[in-house]
This record gives sequence, C-alpha cells and structure tokens, in this order.
Amino acid sequence: MGIFDKFKRGLEKSRNAVFGKLSGLFQDRKLDDSVFAEMEEILIAADVGVDTALWLVERVRQAARREKLTDTARLSILLQAAMEEALSGVDSQMRMSASGPTLYLFVGVNGVGKTTTIGKLARRYQQQGTQVILAAADTFRAAATEQLVIWGERAGCTVVRQGPGADPAAVVYDAIVAAKSRLADVILCDTAGRLHNKANLMAELAKIQKVVARELPGAPHEVLLVLDGTTGQNALNQTQAFQEVVSVSGIVVTKLDGTAKGGVILPIVREYGIPVKWVGLGEGIEDLEPFDSAAFSAAVCQP
Amino acid sequence: MLESLSNSLQKALGKLRSKGKLSEDDVAQAMREVRLALLAADVNVKVVKDFVDKVRVRAVGQEVQRSLTPGQQVVKVVYEELTELMGGQQARVRMAAVPPTVIMLVGLQGAGKTTAAAKLALSFRSHEHRPLLVAADVYRPAAIDQLQVLGRQIDVPVFTLGTTVDAVQIVESARQEAIRQGTDVMIVDTAGRLHVDTELMDELARIQQAVPADEILLVVDAMTGQDAVNVAEAFHKKLSLTGVVLTKLDGDARGGAALTVRAATGCPIKYVGLGEKIEPLEVFHPDRLASRILGMGDVLSLIERAQQTLDLEKAQVMEGRLRKAEFSLDDFREQLLQVRKLGPLDQIIKMLPGMNKLKGLDNLQMDDSKLQRIDAIISSMTRQERGDPGLMNASRRRRVALGSGVTVRDVNQVLNQFEQARQMMKQFSGAGKRMGKRAALQSLKSIPGFPNPEELMASKENSLLSTSGDAGLPRHHHKKKRH
Ligand SMILES: Nc1nc2c(ncn2[C@@H]2O[C@H](COP(=O)(O)OP(=O)(O)OP(=O)(O)O)[C@@H](O)[C@H]2O)c(=O)[nH]1
Ligand SMILES: [Mg+2]
Repeated sequence: MGIFDKFKRGLEKSRNAVFGKLSGLFQDRKLDDSVFAEMEEILIAADVGVDTALWLVERVRQAARREKLTDTARLSILLQAAMEEALSGVDSQMRMSASGPTLYLFVGVNGVGKTTTIGKLARRYQQQGTQVILAAADTFRAAATEQLVIWGERAGCTVVRQGPGADPAAVVYDAIVAAKSRLADVILCDTAGRLHNKANLMAELAKIQKVVARELPGAPHEVLLVLDGTTGQNALNQTQAFQEVVSVSGIVVTKLDGTAKGGVILPIVREYGIPVKWVGLGEGIEDLEPFDSAAFSAAVCQP
Repeated sequence: MLESLSNSLQKALGKLRSKGKLSEDDVAQAMREVRLALLAADVNVKVVKDFVDKVRVRAVGQEVQRSLTPGQQVVKVVYEELTELMGGQQARVRMAAVPPTVIMLVGLQGAGKTTAAAKLALSFRSHEHRPLLVAADVYRPAAIDQLQVLGRQIDVPVFTLGTTVDAVQIVESARQEAIRQGTDVMIVDTAGRLHVDTELMDELARIQQAVPADEILLVVDAMTGQDAVNVAEAFHKKLSLTGVVLTKLDGDARGGAALTVRAATGCPIKYVGLGEKIEPLEVFHPDRLASRILGMGDVLSLIERAQQTLDLEKAQVMEGRLRKAEFSLDDFREQLLQVRKLGPLDQIIKMLPGMNKLKGLDNLQMDDSKLQRIDAIISSMTRQERGDPGLMNASRRRRVALGSGVTVRDVNQVLNQFEQARQMMKQFSGAGKRMGKRAALQSLKSIPGFPNPEELMASKENSLLSTSGDAGLPRHHHKKKRH
C-alpha cells in the first residue's frame, strides 16, 4: 500500500463526513453561484476558515471562467489544484545535523498529541537504524514521564529523565550529554503542554531552546508544533504565538483518523508558510505519515 | 490573524443608518458580519445559519432604543439570543437517590477528562462529599498513574485494577468498593476515544449498562473546531449525555464549540475548566461566554451601562458647544458628573476584562473623591470664570483654592485636565452625533486617574477568570455515611 493509499484511508472518515459532501457538489450540476456558495460552506465546515475558503473558491471560480466551464464535472480537479497552490512550498523533509546528534523539539498546547507523536517517530527512526534518545522534558504534568517511558519501551530507545518538577532545560541538557557520549543520532524532546497565551510558560520554552542552541550548535534542527486536527481557528493563534517564541519550523497535525478535517492546515500554511511535516492517523505506534500536499489535496477532492 | 469579532461587528453595525425601527436591509447587512464573527469563533456552520435566521427575525422591526444606535441594538439582540441559547437549565449535578452517585466523563483524546475528573472530585470534597476517582482508561500509557498522582495531590482515593482488566469490570468493581467504603460520589475517568470508533463507543455503552451513571458529562476542549457537532451528536446518540464540561477556557479560544455542542445535544454546559492546576471546576456563565464568542469581554455590559446612563442629548449639546469653541468648565463638570453616574469607579473597573483580579482597587476609591474635589473647585469659580478659564490668573486661583479648601496646585491641575479634555473632545468631535462606543470610552478616559479602557481591553488576561468558588454542587446532599 502506497503512502497515498494509507493517507487516503486514514482520511476516510474526514472524506465521508464533510469533504464527502464535495463529491455531491461535483456531481453533474450546472455551474452557477449556488455551487460556489456551497463549496464555500463545505470548506468552512472543514475548519478551512472564512478567508482561506473564500480564497480557494475564488481561485476555482477564476479557473472555471478561464476554462469556460458550464457544469461541475471538472470542479474537483480545480479545487485540488487550488489547495495544492495554498499548500505549495510544503516540504516534509526533516533537517538533520551535519555532524553530531540531531535534536527535534516538540511543542504545543495541552493534549494535542506531542508525546504520542514522539513515540511514533522514535519507532520509525529506530526501525531505520537511526539511534534515538528521548528527553522527558515535561516535568510538569502528572505521570508525563511515565507515559514517555512506556513509548520509549515500545520504540526500543532510551529515555532521559529526572524527577517531577525538575527544570526541563536540565533534562534536555542531560539528554544532549547522553546522546553525545553514546553517539546517538537523534534526540526527541517532549515538552509540557502549554497554552500559548501564558507568558511564563512560553518563556520556559524559549529557555529550553536557548540551552539547546548553546550545547548543540545548529540545534534545535526542527521545532515541531503539534496541532490537534480537531482544533478550529484557534490553531492560527497557537501557530502565531509559538512561532514568536521558538520559531516553529514545521507542523504535525494529529487525530486525522476521526471526522475532523484538519482543514486548518490550509490557512496555516498559506498565512505562515510553515510546512506540515507529519500527520497523526491513530493512536497506534505506526499511525504517523509524512505529510504530502498532493496526496492530501487529492484525498480530499477526489471521490 | 483573525480580525477581532467585536471590531468587525462594530464596523458593520456602525454602518447602519436606520431611524426608528430596524429595517430588513439594516439587519441583513449586520447579520452577514455576525455570521462571519461566529464562524471565526468556530461555531458550526449549520448552527450559525439557524442562529442568524432566528436573530434576524427577532431584530427586524424592533424599535431602536433612544440610547442605542441601530448597530448597537443589533449587537444587543445577538448577545441576548446567544446567552439565552447557552443558558436555561441550572447547572446542578443530579445526585442519585441511593448513593453512590455515578458521574462518568467521556470525550475525545486530549480533551482534558483526567484533569476535569480531579477538579470535580475536589469540588465534591470541598462540599463535604466523599468522592472516589475511578481509573477506567486502560489504553493511554500512564493514564492511570496520572489520575493516581492527581488523587494523591487532592487527597481523594483512586480506584484502579490496572490496565489488563476490562473497563466495564473496573467500573463494576469500583461501585462495590464505593459502597463498601461509604463513598457517595464516584467519578469515572474514561479513555479518550473517537466518536467513530465503534468498538470503544460500545465500551462506553456497556459501562453505562452495567453501572448506570447519574451524570454523563461530555468533556469538550474550548478550542474544538467545526467537528464538534459530529462529536457531540455521536456521543449523545450513544449515551444520552446529561451535560458538558468546557475545558481550557484559560486559553484564548473564543469557544464557539460550546454553542455548537449545546445546539447539537440540548445539554447544558455545567462546568468550565480554567487551568491545569487542580482547583474546583468553575460554574458556567452563559453571558460571559456569549460576550467572549462575540469577542467583546465584559466591556459589552460596561458600554451598555454607559449608554443607559449617559445622556445623549446633553452630550450632543456639549459637542455643539465644543464645535463653537464654547466648551466651558461647566461642561467639563457636567461631563464628569455623567461619567460618575455610571457607578462607583471600582465597580466599573471590575467589568473590564482582566481587571477583576487587579490589586490596588482602593486607589480608585481615592479617585472618586478626586472627582468630588474637582466638583468643589469648579463650584467655587464665578460664572464668568467657568465660561472663560482664560480669566484664571494667579490671584483668582488662590481665591478658588481657599474657597474650596484645596491647594493652588490642585486648582492648576483641574485647569490642566480641563484643557486636556477639551483637546481630546476636539479630536473626537467628528466621531458622530451619538454617544457611541468610542465616545463612551473616551468619557471614561477623561476621568482623572482612570486607566485607559482600550489598553485594558487589549489586555490578554481573560474575563472568564472569575473568582466564584461555588461549583454548583448541591451542598450536604448526602451526609457522610460512615462513622
Ligand atoms: N485518534 C488519535 N488519537 C491520538 C493521536 N495522537 C495522539 N492521540 C491521543 O491523544 C491523547 C493525548 O496525546 P498525548 O500524546 O498525551 O498528548 P500531549 O500533547 O503529549 O499531551 P500533554 O503532554 O498532556 O500536553 C492520547 O490519548 C493519545 O492517544 C492521533 O493521531 N489519533
Ligand atoms: Mg505529553
């Protein structure tokens, strides 16, 4: 099964629930304003947001005019192209360190799936023969370390930890030291979930990043903002706030195995130009896929 | 970045020009903005449509109240409908006739069930109940540890059988244990699950069948987007929910999902979660969430009050005089008195977002007396002096100071403030004939020592952080059984 199929299958429910309505829209209809109005509504109902929905519809409308279309037969292809355009420039490659360990920092609000994503990614890397170390820098939430330790066992990698309430930057420091001495390739840093409007907690993140940069030149090689695919327009606020504090380099969208559409990806990529790197498609250790904008657009638009 | 809803609404509604009654056209135009605003707040498309239709019908043909612009009138209708829609039933927890009362928390992954469970337990404990937390999440790694840690923190027992036992069996055994221990409330923390996961949804139904819950609360993240409608409908269909807990409201999400869930299930929102710290859950205030969804904070009620108490006609006369450069100390005093009619300053200030927690409110009391002093100073002047402050030379200032029992410095200060107010009024005189939002805020600003309301509104602190401690729990319902 190719990436496309797996992706499409993961998104099955999204397609059925809302984007599925698109296929109804595309079925042999006369092309008039009501079609575009419906398209706008379906997109908004997929969390695409009003601005980007209007933008997409306008692109499709222009293209339809250029092609002098009179029915809806080719509309799905046009919408797919518009989405790909909105997502263009998205590169799901992960940056690696030229020499010495590579460090990825995972950030996000509470409960979005940071720890789970780390578990899945650790497994992926370990299977490729890349040696991974996990840093349990969520020292705040009850049993957060225990949770990461279980993922570490599942993925077969070491977890560097300290006690509850320890300084997260110190945990990360320990992990860097451990990675250097054991010649590990990749360090995945879990952090505590934090709401982006809490200045003190955001400052703590900035501090972690500073320690990382000092101890490991060129690091963090990626700062990945994890977004819950169920989230609505607040995902934009989250992106903006985390971006300001730790310059986010990529996005992970989780929980796309439900009926949530993750449509909020579109305005985020369009407005912030931050690439989506991974999508979470379930709670299992294998349920992580690299993001592919063409596959995403196709999965969404093609019946 | 999303444009603030209140801005867009104000803009759209400012455009309304109708007199007397709201016309269909006026309302239609405003409703377009309202629609956008609600969508930006993540209210579901369909819910928005129904809501807007309903408000449109109610708004058209309404008399515009003397103190409001047509635009403000529409906002008021929208706000009232929104509050109405989310309110209604009381947020009391249904207690079992025969204890233990069983409360089950359900919801998607990461919604905040475990934290909410601990907070709820704490609320019950502080009302002299004996809660028992039940760890029925056998799937998420370390979920049970998390509940145990929280239980220890708040000194509430946690029942667990580990992760290898079926959740149904855990809850059944927990009930036996609750009865044995004389626990009167059992709070079941279930695993997060997708509403489309038939197997796990069946598990919840099986738990409910084995140990019927008195309350089944759907825990919803305030940041949830459009999908909230599918989630709520699926859980409700499977389990017949009795209420909703809205979490993470300490973030900056508008929380439109609350409206969606309310519309989809008809269940009341019983509690809100405002932080990671384990504190009793807060009772839900529909009016506060309504203004939040509309992006207006409590400023809305402040403005409303300003518009009710400030006399528009006087304001217009004043503005006319200002145009003709006739704005006098009498007018200045009149303006201050108008603002004072709003109520004691410390009360007004509490209505502004983020100000309810501010220390040093006593200083504002002082400002109240400052207003009285200004009144005294102006009263000690002659009519001519009040009409033409330019006359106030050194000896006149001394006389007024003596007459009103203050120092010359105080008199100078008042004259300076008057001059500032006049300048400010000049800038805003083009703003419109009515005492709109701006003018109302402006009047507030011209009070000496009053914090700048615009800055306050911009303040990140959120207006839902009330200090109310009562979580809507029935007090002493079932007294402790044992001993
Ligand atoms: N269905 C589904 N659930 C997911 C996915 N990713 C994570 N989850 C679930 O979401 C819940 C929260 O995930 P965590 O990984 O603990 O989230 P977190 O961001 O680390 O949470 P905090 O550390 O508490 O802020 C767990 O129940 C996960 O199993 C996904 O892609 N699909
Ligand atoms: Mg975590």
